[in-house]
Amino acid sequence: MTATAHVEACLAQIAARDGEVAAFLHVDAAGARQRAAWLDARADGSAPLHGLTIAVKDNIAVAGQPLTAGSRMLAGYVPARDATVVTRLLAAGAVLIGKTNLDEFGMGSSTELSGFAPTRNPLDLARVPGGSSGGSAAAIAADMAWAALGTDTGGSIRQPAAFCGLAGLKPTYGRVSRSGVVAYASSLDQVGPLAKTVRDVARVYAVLAGHDALDATSAVQPVQPVQWRDDLAGLRVGVAREHLDDAVGLDSQIQARIHAALDALRARGAVLVPISLPHTRHGIAAYYLVATAEASANLSRYDGLRYGARAPNPATLDALYTHSRAASLGREVQRRILLGTFALSAGFQDAFYQKACRVRRKIAEDFQTAWRSCDVLLGPTSPVPPWLLGQMTADPLAMYLMDAFTVGPSLAGLPALSVPVGVDAQQLPIGAQLVGQPFQEAMILAVGDVLQRAFAPEAT
Amino acid sequence: MSAFEAIIGLEVHAQLLTRTKIFCGCAVAVGGPPNARTCPVCLGLPGALPVLNAEVVRLAVRAGLGTQCAIQRMSVFARKNYFYPDLPKGYQITQAELPICLDGQLTLDDGKVARIQRIHLEEDAGKSSHGDAGTRVDLNRAGTPLIEIVGHPDLRTADEAVAYLRELRGILMTLGVCDGNMEEGSLRCDANVSVRPVGQTALGTRVEIKNMNSFRSVREAIVYEVDRQVGVIADGERVRQETRLWSMDLARTESMRSKEEAADYRYFPDPDLPPLQLDDAWLDAQSVDLPELPAARKIRYQQEFSLETRTSNWLAEEPPRADAFDRAIADSPALAAAFAAFLMTQVQAQLQRHERPWPELAAAMADLLRICGKWRAGQLSNQMLAELLQLAFADTARGLADALAHAEAQAGAVVRDDGVLEPVVDAVLAKFPSEVAKYRAGQKQLSGFFVGQVMRQLAGKADAKAISALLTRKLDA
Repeated sequence: MTATAHVEACLAQIAARDGEVAAFLHVDAAGARQRAAWLDARADGSAPLHGLTIAVKDNIAVAGQPLTAGSRMLAGYVPARDATVVTRLLAAGAVLIGKTNLDEFGMGSSTELSGFAPTRNPLDLARVPGGSSGGSAAAIAADMAWAALGTDTGGSIRQPAAFCGLAGLKPTYGRVSRSGVVAYASSLDQVGPLAKTVRDVARVYAVLAGHDALDATSAVQPVQPVQWRDDLAGLRVGVAREHLDDAVGLDSQIQARIHAALDALRARGAVLVPISLPHTRHGIAAYYLVATAEASANLSRYDGLRYGARAPNPATLDALYTHSRAASLGREVQRRILLGTFALSAGFQDAFYQKACRVRRKIAEDFQTAWRSCDVLLGPTSPVPPWLLGQMTADPLAMYLMDAFTVGPSLAGLPALSVPVGVDAQQLPIGAQLVGQPFQEAMILAVGDVLQRAFAPEAT
Repeated sequence: MSAFEAIIGLEVHAQLLTRTKIFCGCAVAVGGPPNARTCPVCLGLPGALPVLNAEVVRLAVRAGLGTQCAIQRMSVFARKNYFYPDLPKGYQITQAELPICLDGQLTLDDGKVARIQRIHLEEDAGKSSHGDAGTRVDLNRAGTPLIEIVGHPDLRTADEAVAYLRELRGILMTLGVCDGNMEEGSLRCDANVSVRPVGQTALGTRVEIKNMNSFRSVREAIVYEVDRQVGVIADGERVRQETRLWSMDLARTESMRSKEEAADYRYFPDPDLPPLQLDDAWLDAQSVDLPELPAARKIRYQQEFSLETRTSNWLAEEPPRADAFDRAIADSPALAAAFAAFLMTQVQAQLQRHERPWPELAAAMADLLRICGKWRAGQLSNQMLAELLQLAFADTARGLADALAHAEAQAGAVVRDDGVLEPVVDAVLAKFPSEVAKYRAGQKQLSGFFVGQVMRQLAGKADAKAISALLTRKLDA
């Protein structure tokens, strides 16, 4: 298929379905067509992503296209430079089809908290696609793009991948450049790919990964190629009881599915190792303190002076800041800024932010201990299947708890992959989370590929 | 009220002499159109990330080595959070708990040791200009690399504070860390001042003074503030903990904000920047090529050239001046003491009268040395020298070196030929018979009077030694 034909197919899907799904905040039809035509005419087809359409989460800068991060605060902002990941995609021959919806600044697990409109799950329009990379996941699930970039701070790639029946990888912290990515929580944010298959995820990942001099936290380790395999002889798969049989609030169908996934791995030669991640229950609290503390500083630049609508006739400079921010930032964003500001404030920093950092180290140590007895970990990505729109919005804390299994690897900086492992009785997709050792993306991709094919033999 | 003593500690911000900013590739410079030297990083655009400039680290380490600090193998950048229009990210990147240098000291000219608590790295903010039409923000300065040198409260007088600042400035300039320009703000000084009754060990309430942009303002602000605080206590009131601004025009400090209004900066480690680690081999290499610091230079001047303490201190405290001096006298060390004194008195007086840019003076050092040599050898009289310097320094149409050569040619040669001097001497002696008689009766000090009279007749262009010799011959004959 030519790049042009592929792009036209995606644009046709967008035209047909995005009115109800609302995956995109901006579709660059003209740009995508132009690039596809250029690739068909000039390129030899050898580039790793030649002619493939990729949707980009709208907190990642594409030069000349709007960059909103899902916030009215950034409405009208157009960056002049590409994010490093975008530069890499273009160099690899990809076609960027548009910018996808997200929870404002990545703060949410359902994409209902976009400052513009909620995205719906293409598999069941009454349900959320997950978040915050819900637009990216929905775009792929509705065949509007071959793959997409998401960002993951506490589960924002993995959980929407699980909710939309896709594969989604959060790489090791530092593996993929954050340059040009609107920061939510800088010590946690990572860019990663979503696609229908683990193999496609790996294909995009290979393009994204690598050192970038524009990001001081970018890792210099060489990127390992994936060795695809069919049997898992000798692989030690850790099963944390806190993520499965002792997990609080875990949906029973999901629990059963994960056991089926474990059985599938064992059938292919893997050894299951029961382990414990004893600090799991503190993960949510630590995550929401560290992430909101960093966010409170990262979002200070959105002060009404240069972005967003400036409050008219403020009496003082403080009033200008307060009114502009209150008008242009959504409630959840304001909640997290206030929470983070409080966690860092004098007299409380030790009890909240500092303590959360100590817990974070404990959580990382849990994983380090686990690596003594296993090579990868497997558990559910989300404790529940995709919920109905509006079901959670009244209770932010309940929504925070949905991140129970994804925040741990984020806090520890570990690579984690969500792999589709079938559906429940309502035909809602279920994702399994594979967690790897630092910079062992190749390992979890290879295992994830075996796992996906165990449930969907056609997914190669 | 002399029963009080002042406790003073300085916080000095020095702008580092790097080509580019601390976290991006934008040029560090002065002037130019607003916001011309900016990029996504120093504008704080969404997604832009800071990457540390290695030269900044090298210069901060040099500053630490020059002030006998312990250089820290690991230091951490932190975010200092506050809102202001010229702070584009809403936080300043600085170092808080773990700075790059700790525990240094300076030795002042009188031998007193003043301790340095820490030196940390940070970025400068932009500049706000408040006008009738509103506030304008220029971010050219945003991201300029700074070090802050925090001194212990070891200073007791305004003079000590000035001596500390001079010593520190001299070291930073010698090491190529900072250009030391206080007027342009590349060296900025805040002072923490408190007073307490002599004999009391507990410290009094501390007031921070800002906005002092010269040595003179540092001295005057501290003197004023110490008096003010003693006055407050004498009135039976308590000193308020606050920040005060020095106003040179009003010659007083004025309250800017009190402790209650002070912001909570919510410092925390900047997750965009990994901890700064220095390796031992690199660090060892940094201590190898340190130049001679002002304190050593002062001693060398005293020992090698027998300069007076006052002269050696004056010369060495301005490193570019001392460098130019060293270059000029390299081939004629015998003239060093005379030349140093000549620079400190005659040349300095001219400089104060006529503002000539420093590079010009440095370039004219060899000419000044030649003129000084001629003067010392009697080839120029005092008056001729004074006139020559006056002419040259006022001659702004020429560069200083050219102006000196021109004025030197104009001055011509000194009169020392007996054939010219003798008739004038004879005429003076004939004009003052009673003084001649007194001289011969033993009032030998009148010799100076006669020399002066002869000099006057010759418009000052004569060699005083030659006149004196002639007079002695005639009067003592």
